Amino acid sequence: MRSFGTPEFLFMLQAARWTVILSLIAYVGGGALGLLLAFMRVSGNRLASGFARAWILLFQCTPLLMLLFLVFFGLALTGLGQNAYFAVTVALSCYAGAYFGEIWRGAIEAVPGGQWQASAALGFSRMEQFRHVIVPQSIRIAIPPTVGFMVQIIKNTSLASIIGFQELTQASQFVNNLTFQPISVYLVAAAIYFVLCFPLTLLSRRLEKRLHVDRPGPVSA
Amino acid sequence: MEYTFQFGTVFASFGLLAKGAWLTVQLSIAAMVAGLVFGTLFAVLRAFAGRWADRIIGAYVEVIRNTPFLIQLFLIYFGLPSIGISLDPVTAALIGMSVNCAAYTTEIIRSGIMAVPRGQIEAARALAFSTADIIRHIVLFPALRVAAPALGSQFILVMLGSSVVSTVSAEELTAVGHVLETETFRPFEVYIVVTLIYLVIAFALKLLFAWADVAWFARRGRL
Amino acid sequence: MLIVQVQSLHKRYGSQTVLDGVSLDIAAGEVVAILGRSGSGKSTLLRCINGLETIDGGSITVAGHNVSRDPRALRALRQDVGMVFQSFNLFPHLTARENVALPQSVVLGRDKAEAAATAQALLERVGLAPRADAYPSALSGGQQQRVAIARALGLEPKVMLCDEITSALDPEMVGEVLEVVQDLAARHMTMLLVTHEMSFARRAASRVIFMHAGRVHEEGTPAEIFERPRTPELVQFVRAISVRD
Repeated sequence: MRSFGTPEFLFMLQAARWTVILSLIAYVGGGALGLLLAFMRVSGNRLASGFARAWILLFQCTPLLMLLFLVFFGLALTGLGQNAYFAVTVALSCYAGAYFGEIWRGAIEAVPGGQWQASAALGFSRMEQFRHVIVPQSIRIAIPPTVGFMVQIIKNTSLASIIGFQELTQASQFVNNLTFQPISVYLVAAAIYFVLCFPLTLLSRRLEKRLHVDRPGPVSA
Repeated sequence: MEYTFQFGTVFASFGLLAKGAWLTVQLSIAAMVAGLVFGTLFAVLRAFAGRWADRIIGAYVEVIRNTPFLIQLFLIYFGLPSIGISLDPVTAALIGMSVNCAAYTTEIIRSGIMAVPRGQIEAARALAFSTADIIRHIVLFPALRVAAPALGSQFILVMLGSSVVSTVSAEELTAVGHVLETETFRPFEVYIVVTLIYLVIAFALKLLFAWADVAWFARRGRL
Repeated sequence: MLIVQVQSLHKRYGSQTVLDGVSLDIAAGEVVAILGRSGSGKSTLLRCINGLETIDGGSITVAGHNVSRDPRALRALRQDVGMVFQSFNLFPHLTARENVALPQSVVLGRDKAEAAATAQALLERVGLAPRADAYPSALSGGQQQRVAIARALGLEPKVMLCDEITSALDPEMVGEVLEVVQDLAARHMTMLLVTHEMSFARRAASRVIFMHAGRVHEEGTPAEIFERPRTPELVQFVRAISVRD
């Protein structure tokens, strides 16, 4: 039997690269989807808004693990075979999109009604209102919870191990099977996750404090 | 490509699914109760019991919130036996879920406590309230009320997250899904049905929390 | 020349009738104060005139535009009708100058440099040139409201609608905003001022309209309205606001 040493640790670190890559994919895919859903929600179009609302509700009430299984096995049905990479990408994006969409909708709706009225009274079109008045203010409101949710995504990439994707958690299971030192192995895995997540958590909190105290923003003079 | 959906074999195992769902509900509710009790206790300790309590509990909260539940579960189920503490899967799942849930509820209730205006606490001190009385009469109710919506969302996440405990072979809903999958070779149908059951439980919890919010908080005046 | 024509305007919120057949003609260069109790429909009337509220009956014509729901017509209308709000509604993420410049570049298509120069000149006019780079959060209420007026003026409107623009201000700041309004009046800007401050109406307005129960109840010169009210509702209203002033 092998003992848990530097090569095993390096093996896990290498697998952690996939944890990071999966997270980045989910940020991009989920971010694009979330943006679309948030704007559908506030579009004023009943059909678009209803669809986005249903999507968000559905995906926020489904376990991510089930989502992974459904995409993974559903994909097999279409004849494309079992592709864990693709399944994880799609499932994480759909999941992250629902949460990002909800966070950003909330941020858009948190802009006071007077801002809509004032810009409407100045003759802005709806797109111009979004672009020049609403979105710049929503971004400030949205950034802390967005960064906070990015931490959730990093942690949730661990579920990819369950359908056989080799990221950090799966690699730790592999190392544990070789070494039978579960406490050391999983504590090290936890530490790697912590190193990835904690800076984002701190950043989110810092931003929250800074943007909260004086929401109207930087003060000159 | 042709594929015919067959749900018959899945529905034939309805009893098994119901049993799994029931364990999911039991585990989730137990974790919510534990989370609420310990979360409230920890949040109060952080706010009122001095710097060391604040630091120790704060560290616990950060460690749990910045590491995956799956790894926490592995440490409890696979790690503890190596130091002589063996747990059956359901107990391990329950401990894991409670430890995880309590960290989040601590943070949520703590921000509720922070939202209580300082003036109210000062007014109570001026009226000679003890710290215990202040916590009991002035702080807790408004804090929980502010925290209620976030707690509700968190509890639903706890229930959804419970599907992960199937990895340590606790026989809840997802684990039953695994069993049916290998028996029927119809994984897609199996997980569609399992997902629907999760949706039903999640919606039921949403309704329950909305009702509880009205029953406990909404009728007792505005903040 | 008539610049605002309102004919038998009706507006309901659900089952509640807010405007119950308002008719009103305003000539170019007039400054009209609209008074009335809260709930008399005066703010709603103002918001109907630039299409912020949809109407349930009657018609409104402003500077040759028919007020309708068509987005293009609304945009053209709103270029000619400036509005200032009780709560300022400055854009908090922009400096004072940027607040004034933005609508010019977005709505009028002016290039950035020209819009900024015009904005600076307008801030000068309302006495805030030195504060052009300040964000709204660093300005007092009175200063914010003067920026809001400059912002509306940037589109070179033909009519200005002022909705309780001094109500959210501390008493010592009312004067500076009032001065700007009087300056506009002296330059023959057509203005509709919803207010409940009698002194404001007296000093700025050429005509006063008293609204009651969703209608124009009584109108006349400031002297007629405040010194010789005819209807019992106006008598009571004048007495109430005199005590407060």
